[in-house]
Amino acid sequence: MSAVAPREPRDSSRPVVVVPRVPSASLASDLRAIKVVWHRELLRFVKDRPRLIAGLAQPVLYLFVMGTGLSAMVPSTSGVPFRTFLFPGVLCMAILFSCFFSAGSLVWDRELGFMREMMVAPVRRGAILLGKCLGGTTVGTIQGMILMVIGAIGGVPMSLELVVTIFLELLVICFAITAFGLALAAHVRSIQAFMALMQMVLLPMFFASGALYPLSGLPAWLEVLTRLDPLSYAVAPLRHAVLGASGKAALAPMVTWGSFVVPIWLDLVVIAAYALVALAVARRRFAREDA
Amino acid sequence: MPPETAEPRRAIVVRGLEKRYADVHAVRGIDFEVRAGEVFGFLGPNGAGKSTTISILCTLASPTAGSATVAGHDVVRERDDVRRNIGLVFQETTLDDYLTAHRNLVFHGELYGVPKAVLGERIEQVMTMVGLWDRRDSVVATFSGGMKRRLEIARGLVHAPNVLFLDEPTIGLDPQTRSSIWAYIRELRARHQITVFLTTHYMDEAENCDRIAIIDAGRIVAEGAPESLKAAVGKDRVQVRTADDDVAIVALKEKLGVDARVHDGAITFAVASGEEFVPRLFAELPIAIRSVSVARPSLDDVFLSFTGTTMRDAAARPGEARARR
Ligand SMILES: Nc1ncnc2c1ncn2[C@@H]1O[C@H](COP(=O)(O)OP(=O)(O)O)[C@@H](O)[C@H]1O
Ligand SMILES: [Mg+2]
Repeated sequence: MSAVAPREPRDSSRPVVVVPRVPSASLASDLRAIKVVWHRELLRFVKDRPRLIAGLAQPVLYLFVMGTGLSAMVPSTSGVPFRTFLFPGVLCMAILFSCFFSAGSLVWDRELGFMREMMVAPVRRGAILLGKCLGGTTVGTIQGMILMVIGAIGGVPMSLELVVTIFLELLVICFAITAFGLALAAHVRSIQAFMALMQMVLLPMFFASGALYPLSGLPAWLEVLTRLDPLSYAVAPLRHAVLGASGKAALAPMVTWGSFVVPIWLDLVVIAAYALVALAVARRRFAREDA
Repeated sequence: MPPETAEPRRAIVVRGLEKRYADVHAVRGIDFEVRAGEVFGFLGPNGAGKSTTISILCTLASPTAGSATVAGHDVVRERDDVRRNIGLVFQETTLDDYLTAHRNLVFHGELYGVPKAVLGERIEQVMTMVGLWDRRDSVVATFSGGMKRRLEIARGLVHAPNVLFLDEPTIGLDPQTRSSIWAYIRELRARHQITVFLTTHYMDEAENCDRIAIIDAGRIVAEGAPESLKAAVGKDRVQVRTADDDVAIVALKEKLGVDARVHDGAITFAVASGEEFVPRLFAELPIAIRSVSVARPSLDDVFLSFTGTTMRDAAARPGEARARR
């Protein structure tokens, strides 16, 4: 045997073999991973027409059927037509479903095996979670903004200020709800279990949030529950903004702690705090899991 | 190029590795080494602990005891370094069915931080190698099992790993796809100097490896080049079909001093020289012989001689029961 193996003759039609090097872990690699995971969530959303349609059909139903039906009984609430009053609640419900659905992809990915492809990559588990969370935030915000258009068609008064405010609030709220969903998703093994858990958590969260009725004059036990519900802190700012467009912001029902009226900025701080706790819970579980 | 050293570089070093799950002792203290650039096979029946070992080597599960290095990095303490240097094709499909083939590979390349400037070309190369470049824009859900497998192999190569892990790469595939997958594996070794660690429960495929380790119930029972393992068995396998197997087995024992058992529906035993034994068989057996076959030792005989059972019989028994023994 010769010491030097004869080199394979280079086939000119084939380029030199490209041999990339994988860079070592850094902040840049984490940011890149977040972006890649986020991007995939968007691609999946864009390709999933039924999801988009289902995600909008339900709120439209609530707004036009329930909103119309009930406004015959309740001509005006907080000084605005019932449908306008209901709109922020419906918005909340739409993003609640959308964000939970996004969070469920954590379970889906595990069931379909794709999670292992991400888990064996040289990126931190936290980056995968954050990518998913931002994906849910983006999708939820997009659906919320589409609903704004539908709301406008349905006669909810709009203004540029309202659109910008809702957009910014949705970013925070959708992030928090997705994080909440991820904390649940990280703790279940099967998609069925996640669905069941979602049923158990989602509707109570919605009904206790003031999305459908003002949170005043409730019995004490329900009042405590509504104050613990993170969604209460999402409904209040959204409704404040929507009523603001009718010049009725002062009439918007706010969350109260005893006699203290929680200002909008504090609502958002509370919801952001919920988000961070939820993410930490999700990460704790997700990081120590064998793939 | 690194300087030539007297000792071949080692891509994988495993020392006293163990993995216990709650009620299963899946890997029970294994030691082996894989040299850089070789194709190393892990051969064993279902439930032997092959996938568990791969999971540990790929940093997806932590060992209960022992240690391992892959590409020079410790699988527990230097996870990220290991991950950057390996490619992994899981036993089950891990593609995103809803995305196109190309998208799946772009996702992988970006996740691993393959520079944008070379990613496109690299993806074209690996997809061309597995013959899927023309199908790059098809959604993966439309692919057959064989195409998915080939795509996964391509994906595992996008970031040019030093060590490629393949967990049962040919399971459930048609013979043609199986042989093309082996062609890729040989090409990898020849052209790209990649170390390949693969698992299989197909004996005939293990023959294609440079070296193999035979694993059964969480323990390595033999290790070496397929040829030398078979040579070490040193005996031919004789299979006889007769009118009455029970009578024949007793006669074999009493007249010829051979311990025979029924495996795969025929009386099976091993003797030093099969051809020379056949005439004595006809002379001594008191009953009609329907057929006789003599085979050079196969890896199944290696397995048989170390574990006392054939691979097929070992796989038929539930893995958990065996691992718990
Ligand atoms: N996550 C797990 N939890 C509990 N037991 C497991 C787990 N993974 C594998 N096992 C058990 O460990 C043993 C070895 O499994 P595995 O490594 O998958 O074998 P192989 O890949 O050789 O077929 C089996 O008995 C299997 O049931
Ligand atoms: Mg396996």
